[in-house]
Amino acid sequence: MPETREHDHPNVGTYLRVAAILVILTVLEVGVFYVPAFHAVLVPTLLALSAVKFALVVLFYMHLKMDSRFFSFLFGGPLLLAVVVLVALLFLFFGQFTLRGAGVAGGGGG
Amino acid sequence: MTHAAAVHHTSMGLDSRKMAFWAFIGSECLLFGSLISTYLIYKGKSVVGPYPHDILNIPFTSVSTFDLLMSSLMMVLALAAVQRGDLKWAKIWLFATAFLGILFLGGQVYEFSSFVREGLTLQTNLFGCTFFVLTGTHGAHVTVGVLWLLTLWVRALQGKLGPAQAVTVEISGLYWHFVDVVWIVIFTLVYLIQ
Repeated sequence: MPETREHDHPNVGTYLRVAAILVILTVLEVGVFYVPAFHAVLVPTLLALSAVKFALVVLFYMHLKMDSRFFSFLFGGPLLLAVVVLVALLFLFFGQFTLRGAGVAGGGGG
Repeated sequence: MTHAAAVHHTSMGLDSRKMAFWAFIGSECLLFGSLISTYLIYKGKSVVGPYPHDILNIPFTSVSTFDLLMSSLMMVLALAAVQRGDLKWAKIWLFATAFLGILFLGGQVYEFSSFVREGLTLQTNLFGCTFFVLTGTHGAHVTVGVLWLLTLWVRALQGKLGPAQAVTVEISGLYWHFVDVVWIVIFTLVYLIQ
């Protein structure tokens, strides 16, 4: 199997279309930030837009969509580990505060 | 040294340089994951100002984000030009990528210096400490990327960058795009979700 599949890389047109989508998504991100109507769903919306931008760059500009799946494993494994550690730490720190708060409230009620 | 002699394949038939570089990028995910985790854990725990909403300049940073996204486009255009042996456009796109990287760094220097003038330093509060370490580490990566790109640009000027060196350019592109995706995450988590 050839190590580099340049013929499988996206063409210039695809690169330009991806760039246009990235710009539109960035404008949407900033727009959502400034429009008060979106503040109720600000965090999930921004996270979703950011995830799409991340995926577009990794799949098309870093060629993971066309390259060996082993490269996806080398990148995706540590990325998944980093996300799991991040979520676990947030749960550990902020979960602790929530439980402490609930405990205080329960104690006051008793 | 011929191209055939320079390329080293693994037993899986993959280019060993690309494999090593993807492993490196994986380790970088863990580095930035730890820095972003630290920022988020200490978010909102500063007991003295300035606080993020007092100081972060979203319009300015949005322009910086656009700048870095466009540099990623320039990078893939440079790679495409090198792959088809178009040295003229390879030189143009490589220089454009490095130039946009330098612009981003200039913006970061301006941002950091304005924050220091407004009283936010590494020692001011938890926000200052975690913010400067996270974005400073990213800026250091951008600096390395710019130097790498300028090196490739000089090689292109010397006529030493042809289709045989496409993997070299592709690997530098992997690094540059990784720096871009890290900024995509930082822009959202640090600047937009305050």
